[in-house]
Amino acid sequence: MWHGRDDRCAADTPDAEPTSVQTTFPRLLLDHAKARPDAAALREKEYGIWQTFSWSQLAALVRTMACAIAAQGVVRGEHVVVIGENRPRLYAAMLAAQSLGAIPVPLYQDAVATEYVFPIDSAEVRLAIVEDQEQVDKLLEIRPQCARLAHIWYDDGRGLRNYQEPGLASLEAMLEAGRAFDAAQPGFFDAEVARAQPDDVAAMFFTSGTTGNPKGVVHSHRTLLDRARAGADFDRLTEREEVLAYLPPAWIGQNIFSYAQWLACGYVVNCPESASTVTIDLKEIGPTYYFAPPRIFEGLLTSVMIRMEDASALKRRLFHRAMAVARRVGPRLLDGKPVSWRERLSYRLGDLLVYGPLRNSLGFSRVRVAYTAGEAIGPDLFTFYRAIGINLKQLYGSTETAVFVCLQPDDEVHADTVGVPIEGVEIRVADNGEILVKSPGLLKEYYKNPAATAEVMGADGWYHTGDAGFLDGSGHLKIIDRAKDVGRIVGGANDGAMFAPKYVENKLKFFPHVKEAVAFGDGRERVCAFINIDFEAVGNWAERRNLPYAGYTDLAAKPQVLELIRECVEQVNADLAQDERLAGSQISRFLVLHKELDADDGEMTRTRKVKRGFINEKYKVLVDALYEGKREQFIETAVKFEDGRSGNVSATLAIVDAKVFPAQARKAA
Amino acid sequence: MSGRRIGEVILEVKNISLRFGGVKALSDISFDVREHEVRAIIGPNGAGKSSMLNCINGVYAPQEGQISFRGRSFRHMNSRQVAEMGVARTFQNLALFKGMSVLDNIMTGRNLKMRTNLLQQAIRIGAAEREETAHREFVERIIDFLEIQAWRKTPVGRLPYGLQKRVDLGRALAMEPQVLLLDEPMAGMNVEEKQDMCRFVLDVNDEFGTTIVLIEHDMGVVMDISDRVVVLDYGRKIGDGTPAEVRANPEVVAAYLGTGH
Repeated sequence: MWHGRDDRCAADTPDAEPTSVQTTFPRLLLDHAKARPDAAALREKEYGIWQTFSWSQLAALVRTMACAIAAQGVVRGEHVVVIGENRPRLYAAMLAAQSLGAIPVPLYQDAVATEYVFPIDSAEVRLAIVEDQEQVDKLLEIRPQCARLAHIWYDDGRGLRNYQEPGLASLEAMLEAGRAFDAAQPGFFDAEVARAQPDDVAAMFFTSGTTGNPKGVVHSHRTLLDRARAGADFDRLTEREEVLAYLPPAWIGQNIFSYAQWLACGYVVNCPESASTVTIDLKEIGPTYYFAPPRIFEGLLTSVMIRMEDASALKRRLFHRAMAVARRVGPRLLDGKPVSWRERLSYRLGDLLVYGPLRNSLGFSRVRVAYTAGEAIGPDLFTFYRAIGINLKQLYGSTETAVFVCLQPDDEVHADTVGVPIEGVEIRVADNGEILVKSPGLLKEYYKNPAATAEVMGADGWYHTGDAGFLDGSGHLKIIDRAKDVGRIVGGANDGAMFAPKYVENKLKFFPHVKEAVAFGDGRERVCAFINIDFEAVGNWAERRNLPYAGYTDLAAKPQVLELIRECVEQVNADLAQDERLAGSQISRFLVLHKELDADDGEMTRTRKVKRGFINEKYKVLVDALYEGKREQFIETAVKFEDGRSGNVSATLAIVDAKVFPAQARKAA
Repeated sequence: MSGRRIGEVILEVKNISLRFGGVKALSDISFDVREHEVRAIIGPNGAGKSSMLNCINGVYAPQEGQISFRGRSFRHMNSRQVAEMGVARTFQNLALFKGMSVLDNIMTGRNLKMRTNLLQQAIRIGAAEREETAHREFVERIIDFLEIQAWRKTPVGRLPYGLQKRVDLGRALAMEPQVLLLDEPMAGMNVEEKQDMCRFVLDVNDEFGTTIVLIEHDMGVVMDISDRVVVLDYGRKIGDGTPAEVRANPEVVAAYLGTGH
């Protein structure tokens, strides 16, 4: 088992024991309003100007809104749905609900109406506070199925003037009622806030299940605030941070960064003017703390690259020269590794001419800590941001763990791990490779779903993440696959070794020349793989070498191409050999497929995930040839062309042996 | 802001005829527009729709007939007088300042409301500064209303056509018009852009109570959003009434299906 890093060991001594959270969200709000009444709490860009809410203004708004909610008879423990973009008044609505001991349930604002039926109905929701007409329309549409939904309040009344639905009201009008209620019972609000305890339920987040109904993840004030604090301590966040909140508030990631940590640290959360102005707002605000899933970073990089293509030849050359330096030097500088003075100097020059202006135009000039999470990020993408001096890091967590399980320390950032367990977290790897987590931030339960709760929460208090992985030699967690996909090597030199197909395939796919890969090995002696070349990338590569080819099948069969792919495979093998647990997953033989795997042929899902089982059946002769030690194999496949015709593609595929490396002992910590 | 309640006749067109040399663009056209309503003028290409709008707008002087606005009759007024009376318009082929930003283009719509003179504005002190701030706020509300915040500082020439149309509408709205003349607001748009524009037109009508006269040849759009429709063909009025009445009118059907000519 693995505990905190040395420099945080102080936290383990009794007197510095991180006293478990003794406060609640509304109490934190009132504390900030008292200690720093005029400091900015929220900003929202409206009519072209950033409008500021101070902590005291926000506290007053929350007080009135809580009274308005109470005036409708909402009681302690009741659920209140909140739907909309990141808007100050919706944040206030969540705080107001919590002040009364009611439970805010944020739902995704871009969901279709029918997706709201289950959460609203099962959580017995009577009051929904929503942003605008779009959300009101959706709720009115499903109202016949949600009999209890009596009140719908909206923030922005545009287009709603002629709506005559019972229970539909503007937030403005309700605040009026709240003021009257507050005047009549002036002690009510403070008494309600004082009644709330840290272990009371603070919020519920619905996770999008791929099958069946979504599950409501129940968190208390203590679980959310404890993780918010632990994350903030880890990165030394202060009340001076600036955050731009633009991802859905129903996603726990956004909720932690712009709500839980906002109240825990007291920094400023900025709400963009609209979804389409985010890049402009990002630049104006210059956040110091930033959080996004990999697709956002990928989109930003693509836009930079496209704009560079349109730049003048001189600028393009300067950019590419500078980026070459950045890739070599930037990550090492950020990691605090030794860098020669010459390289330092050329990096400084690049910073002056390219990286600085680039960071500025991306809105990242002031970023101190940036995180990516949600899915695996490609090493090239990851390195790009670190190279230009942005401290981009990875974290590991989920809705059930209130996000923070593992974080990467500033000077130990790797593209292929997700960091070390932070304060309070214990990690254990089960025999089947599944990662188990113990943390003060674990969910209280799945709402009204004891079966699902029992499935993930063992009797021993360990939460089953469903992810397979391990802690590497330096104590960093490495996620390799979903636990249910992980297999075993049977027989041979690596008998019993873990086989993680997606991990191997992802490693191959990170090479630009490899489009898809399918690894086999579960229940076999060794690992073999099918490879799909990337026609464009390999085609370019071939043209630069004056290598003529007649089409995909021809190119895929070229000995030079096989050699190119073999180098990629062997590099993956060398990487896998670095870790004794994955050394058994090294690819001993492979072939390059004569056609692209295609969803039209049933070989992939529409979201471009390979269907391993189907491919195993369809290309059985090839799989057998790989394992029988043949040098080549003839195959004929039926294909569907894009115009709907079908035909046959046949080829004799060469089977290539790749070098495997002896496993290296685990590096000492 | 008044809610939407259709009121008295605000604009009346009586026996208008317009000729360009020997070509009769409009012959003996009469119709009226009530306050707060959405009134459409439809017709096939060359029916005289834009000419009709140009007469109301003061660009063309009809040879016969008269137009009365809030009870004041006139044969011809220049465009500035019409604008000062509270009639604004958008253009079929857009007449924006391509090199200027969205914000500046819409600010030009405030031109008639400016009270300070050129010199004061050049120095930009005192009254001029206060005035500009007030106008800027008004313009920002329009930008918010039309959801074009992301392009506030973008030169109009770089925007796609659908957005330019929205800016054109924004500039007309900046005049705080009582009557808004829209010349083919959906022309050249894709389905999604058309839906957006319909929503904005209805919202303008609903939020500000603005009376709207629009020209369109996309029948589907017109029938959905108008209260009453005038149908022109070859410069003659062949139908007038609610969308349902117009749809049932055999002459209108013939004009649109192209039979009988």
